[in-house]
Amino acid sequence: MLRLEGITKRFGPVVANRGVSLEVRKGEVLALLGENGAGKTTLVSLLYGLYAPDEGRILLEGKEVRIPSPRVAQRLGIALVPQHPELIEAHTVAENLALGLDLPPFFSRRGLVNRLRELLSGHPLGVDLEAPVHRLSAGEKQRVELLRALLNRPKVLILDEPTSVLTPKEAEDLFQEIRRLKAMGLAVIFISHKLDEVLAIADRIAVLRAGEKVGELGREEADKETLVRLMVGRSVAPPPKAPPPREEVVLEVEDLLVPRHGFPVQGVSFTLRAGEVLGIAGVAGSGQAELLEALAGLRSYRGRVRFRGASLPKDPARLYALGVAHVPEERAMGVVGGMSVAENLALRIYPRYARPWLLDYRAMERDAQALIARYRIQTPSPRTPVRFLSGGNVQKVILARELRDGPKLLLAMHPTYGVDVGAAEEVHARLLDLVREGAAVLLVSEDLDEILALSHRVAAMHRGRLVGPIPREEMSRERLGRMMTEGRA
Amino acid sequence: MRLELDPNPTLQKAFLTYASFLLLALLLLGMLFLVYGVSPFKAYALLLSPLTDPLGLAEIARRTIPLLLIGAGLSLAFRVGFFNIGAEGQLLMGAVGAAYGALFLPVGPWTLPLLFLLGGGLGALWAGLAAWLRVRFGASEILTTLMQNYLAYYLVVYLVAGPWKGQLVFGFLYTDRFPKEAQLPRLGDTLVHWPTLLLGVVAALVLHLLLFRTPLGFAWRVQGENPLAARYLGLPGGRLLLLTALTSGLLAGFAGVGEVAGIHLRLLEPAQISLGYGFTAILAAWLARGRPLLVLLTAPLLGLILAGGDALKLSLSMPFRVVDVVSGLLLLALIGAEALSRHRILWRR
Repeated sequence: MLRLEGITKRFGPVVANRGVSLEVRKGEVLALLGENGAGKTTLVSLLYGLYAPDEGRILLEGKEVRIPSPRVAQRLGIALVPQHPELIEAHTVAENLALGLDLPPFFSRRGLVNRLRELLSGHPLGVDLEAPVHRLSAGEKQRVELLRALLNRPKVLILDEPTSVLTPKEAEDLFQEIRRLKAMGLAVIFISHKLDEVLAIADRIAVLRAGEKVGELGREEADKETLVRLMVGRSVAPPPKAPPPREEVVLEVEDLLVPRHGFPVQGVSFTLRAGEVLGIAGVAGSGQAELLEALAGLRSYRGRVRFRGASLPKDPARLYALGVAHVPEERAMGVVGGMSVAENLALRIYPRYARPWLLDYRAMERDAQALIARYRIQTPSPRTPVRFLSGGNVQKVILARELRDGPKLLLAMHPTYGVDVGAAEEVHARLLDLVREGAAVLLVSEDLDEILALSHRVAAMHRGRLVGPIPREEMSRERLGRMMTEGRA
Repeated sequence: MRLELDPNPTLQKAFLTYASFLLLALLLLGMLFLVYGVSPFKAYALLLSPLTDPLGLAEIARRTIPLLLIGAGLSLAFRVGFFNIGAEGQLLMGAVGAAYGALFLPVGPWTLPLLFLLGGGLGALWAGLAAWLRVRFGASEILTTLMQNYLAYYLVVYLVAGPWKGQLVFGFLYTDRFPKEAQLPRLGDTLVHWPTLLLGVVAALVLHLLLFRTPLGFAWRVQGENPLAARYLGLPGGRLLLLTALTSGLLAGFAGVGEVAGIHLRLLEPAQISLGYGFTAILAAWLARGRPLLVLLTAPLLGLILAGGDALKLSLSMPFRVVDVVSGLLLLALIGAEALSRHRILWRR
């Protein structure tokens, strides 16, 4: 159906794809597996007409095609479900779907809905066409994106990390749907860095590393270990266990309230000891982000919070000086893209380089070199702007910066979100180093395996309330899932 | 053919883009001149004539002074995310401050520094007001500074037509001439008030150093490029913005002092004081892409375009409407080149 031959794409000195050849057939699911920065997203952008390849050919049903824009891609029968739903929140589902249609200048709402039902006959809708998009859950929004992709009756369907916003149950539903589409004869390209999903859904698996295809396996010859070795270039051990926590209490939270529209944080209480990891899971939007941001001084809150015996200030700069580090939810918040790696590593402590009032850039870059080596940040030089780094490396920059002064408390949100297996392993190892030195970690994550692997105690946020915490030994994945969705331990 | 963002264009490429865009603009202008009945080559020669004789160079320098001062301040303001469209008004407030100092305060050797203090202070206050409104109430500084231009404009009109109208000027709308002590020294017979020029060069150098080598500049750049990150770090965003606004207002105020105390020697109608320097300087700052040092290049370039236009006006007695088309096209070419030089063209689809 679709074939790529020798695709190469460069961005300045960075080679994003080098000589990649792929093929996906009718009624087949090809998984594109690779770490972040391996070139998966670039490859998709080339297929969807967002970039033009520097070298190589794209063949659709045997004929060479050029794809100068997404519109042409759609006309050719290539559809994309983006990683994060790109919908207009204030409009209804039907109106969002209408964006993908050729419509007359005036149309009635009823006519539109009927037309959509007709076009989508044969596909279960799964959402109310008249509902406004902002009321939908993340899974339903993705469903809308999928329906929009199917409207043009595509031949090739590309799913870019589709499960990153889904709960385990929603992901299973999505897989059912993919199997159904496959049976209808679609060629599906499934992009992921999660091994379990790839093994569950793919017929063939192509592995990308550093922009090159390093292997292609049929489902039956693939197993986790082989795939990880291909992806990372070496085998990965499960994270070591953290030692048991100490007696000293680092953080005491009592009746914390964050006023906010929707589900605010409603009276959360817990304590955190030195050398302890408390993991907090939750369906996105249950208040865990607000909880963390309140403690990090970014939101006003009510309630009693004591940090090492004194009350916690509400100013991020003073918090950092006291030893509270923060890995923010969005990477975009944690770095300044146009500033260099060295400057970003110094974001918390740049006044220390003033000699007496000019910044000593030589010292700043020397210190940056040391951190780059220690955290294995892949960057051409300390002077490279951070925006040229891949997501995983940006995350390492943030972590290296937040940990450089040896914090007493780390507030970490999704520390390995969108980070590849190799980098995630390193991030986890650094977190555990920190814990061994006696720091407390409050870990909020969407990755349940991560929470279960690292935490001493586990809790879930459900509609602004904390469920738990419960010792790790008494916890299972299923129980945690129930805590997240039903709010009962 | 399609355009793709080029994150770090080479110097060579930028130069070529600018050259070809200017060539294109000159070609269009040539047609304009032909239609108007002037030999294009004669017109081109006139456009560049200020470069060839000392008087012309002085004309360029005279226009460069306010563009340099204001442009340096604006390149900082835009970098930090304070979109100051009100430099024209701040310049006029600077002129008002200087006129007050020159006409109503006792004069002496302290007068010239005092004029800069008053004019700069008033300009800073004018911009600071907009920054305070933004920090305190979230009012868009684009709108407030733009509107403040009109307030300053009519304040000057009121002053020269009313309370400050000169004793000896009969029907004209301006104040009395400034006393000797309140006149800036000039270079020879030209209108180049060199202390202000020096101030502009120093301002560009200092701001550049401040922005790229000091802790304050570091915080400024974080705030400007990623306000979210600034909040995350707990930087005092409001104070950073206010300081930026005060700095750029101060420099615009200085420019106003230079115009009245260096060239006109009196406060007169606003349209005659400024020629829109506050707006042209936006272009100088923007072409410099947030690097105050580069304004040392862009301000004289714009100065040349303005001075060349004047040469056309005088030598060919072309109406100013036609001459404005000339400068307009050239400025447009610069804008287009700036945008395109940050992209690359892919000829294959």
